[in-house]
Amino acid sequence: MSENTEKTPERVLITKIGMDGHDRGSRIIAAFLRDAGMEVIYTPPWQAIDAVVNLAVQEDVEVIGVSSLATDHLIMPDLMKALKDAGQDHIEVIVGGIVPDQEHQMLLDAGVAKIFGPGAMREEIVDTVRDLAAVASKTKFESLGV
Amino acid sequence: MADDLKQPFLPGLEQDIEKWQKSYDAQIAGDKVVRNRSGMEIKPLYTPKDWDSGNYIHDLGMPGQEPFTRGIYPTMHRGRTWTQRQLIGLGTPEDYNERVLKLLDAGASAISLLPCNSGFRGIDCDEAPLPLLGTCGTVVNNVDHMDRALNRVPLERISTAMNDPAPYTLLAFVLGVAKKRGVDWSMITGTSNQSDYISHFVANHMFYRLSLPGSRRMLVDHIAFCREKVPNWNPVSVVGQHMQQAGATPAETMGLTLSTAMQYADDCIAAGMDVDEVLRRFTFFFDISVSFFEEVAKFRAGRRIWTRLAKERLGAKDPKSWRFKFHGQTSGSDLTRQQPLNNIARVTTQAMAGIFSGLQSMHTDAYDEAIACPTEETARVAVATQNILREEAHLCDVIDPLGGSYYVESLTNQMEEEICAVMDKIEAAGGMYRAVEDGVVQTMLGDSALAAQEKIESGEEKLVGVNCYQVDDETIASPPPYRPDTAAMEQHVVEFRQFKQDRSQAEVKRALDQMARAANTDSANLFGEVVDAAMAGVTHGEIVACLRDELGFGHPLIVA
Repeated sequence: MSENTEKTPERVLITKIGMDGHDRGSRIIAAFLRDAGMEVIYTPPWQAIDAVVNLAVQEDVEVIGVSSLATDHLIMPDLMKALKDAGQDHIEVIVGGIVPDQEHQMLLDAGVAKIFGPGAMREEIVDTVRDLAAVASKTKFESLGV
Repeated sequence: MADDLKQPFLPGLEQDIEKWQKSYDAQIAGDKVVRNRSGMEIKPLYTPKDWDSGNYIHDLGMPGQEPFTRGIYPTMHRGRTWTQRQLIGLGTPEDYNERVLKLLDAGASAISLLPCNSGFRGIDCDEAPLPLLGTCGTVVNNVDHMDRALNRVPLERISTAMNDPAPYTLLAFVLGVAKKRGVDWSMITGTSNQSDYISHFVANHMFYRLSLPGSRRMLVDHIAFCREKVPNWNPVSVVGQHMQQAGATPAETMGLTLSTAMQYADDCIAAGMDVDEVLRRFTFFFDISVSFFEEVAKFRAGRRIWTRLAKERLGAKDPKSWRFKFHGQTSGSDLTRQQPLNNIARVTTQAMAGIFSGLQSMHTDAYDEAIACPTEETARVAVATQNILREEAHLCDVIDPLGGSYYVESLTNQMEEEICAVMDKIEAAGGMYRAVEDGVVQTMLGDSALAAQEKIESGEEKLVGVNCYQVDDETIASPPPYRPDTAAMEQHVVEFRQFKQDRSQAEVKRALDQMARAANTDSANLFGEVVDAAMAGVTHGEIVACLRDELGFGHPLIVA
């Protein structure tokens, strides 16, 4: 797959699911990733899980970043299942925001790749998304038998 | 500005300042420019050159006197300290009631109610994902739920503040409960927190409930209704807190909040209401950040500007209309997930800034705010912080204790200029409503939020435990988060479904039809119909859905 080694921008969907509308975090992360040269698809808060999956498919994203300030992370397992059901489990998913320590494992068990809490720094976030996008892209090509 | 003071200086002052400046410069080579969060340059020293006490009467006055810079009442915290109003909302109505009764037993005279996020979203509990219900607020969807939430709470004595955006169903439910209990509506006191739709639109995307014009209509009707039928209720709390949490600097926050208040006042006056009857009931709700002096200057300047706006721009004649009454909440966005106990020190600093600013009521954040919704234990520490500051620290002995400080007075003046510049910008954009429609405000918030984050990333703004003084292993485990009992919540939803089946469907239909008609009749008071519908058994989600159909669904006013 040498023809694929040329650098194309990572494709990332930044969104919010569930019930909360605070978007300061998601807007900042979207700006950071965009400034790092990635292709960012951004949605307003309160997206339905099906809508997120559809958008991820349409936009062919490698990473989905879900921002959660007020317990919306509790329905992350539903999103992970919906992605799987849609045959999109190559997409890597990260959660950013307020997730109590006690609930990290639940998200990781559901297949979330990484959780960023308040105070996470730009460099770490950008690097992680870049790495995860590479993983997702590789998984996808492998599953296609390329 | 400071250089054109007319007051004759103390003999020798100029020379002394010059001498000091020389030794200062000699000792700090290449002193860097210091700026506060609002971007104002802060000098290392302030002297009589920076504040002319000859302007005392005009700029400060006495507490309880124009322009109220030193406080809106003659006695301030010496007479009566601030109201401790902790924001509470969790679980089922029964869960909430249990916690509220505990607070009342402990001597609280005021309560608040934060609804479940499903309510903010405009839907009932039977439409929301079960795991989310009651995690961040109480599930109150009809009069019966409110009755249970306020069980044994004497509505005629206890002031209730509710986070209740348009169409204000929570107040409608309270009025339903009052009617059921035979409590006269004129006895009901409290505040519709977050009736300020503009801040909700720009900071929280409340467009998912009602459109911007629909919310505008609802607010005017809500104010008109309360003025006539619930005269001791404060129908408007203008929420600067949303602006600051979403990223606005302290100066921008005050400017945007005052511009919003002007918009609401103008809308009420245009609807034929008397300016004094409206303004007397205006209240404000702000964030208090850890940038201590800047916050004090923000509030002192805000009080002064509001007095002049109310009097000169709006023509209010009642001194009550000139008083800038505000509730302060310590800023959650200053708190860190790292080393969470450190947040107690941050909250204490923020609370002190609020107290020195002469606030009327306060909420202190729990130290686990950046980790989860507060537990009972962390909420207790937050209340204790207020008690310690009030009872032990002698902070309430003197009114406006920072008044007269060369720095604080100079900063207050500088802040006033900045705030007025923001207001001018909004006015040039056609007023606050127009500025929100056009995305001017959203862009301002987004830019400032990004700039603030950049400063933390670069280390220009220090955050202990985040970009300095980090510790490698997080030895302090975060407290276990509050999660409601799933079985009880499931039962709550089952009972709610049953309620919907058992009520008089004819009554529900009548009320909804009537509300829909009123929505299309400009002269009708639409909030009156919301109250009527609530009493007919119509639920929160149904009321929002009906109004959304009639008044239009909002569109996301996002500027990326």
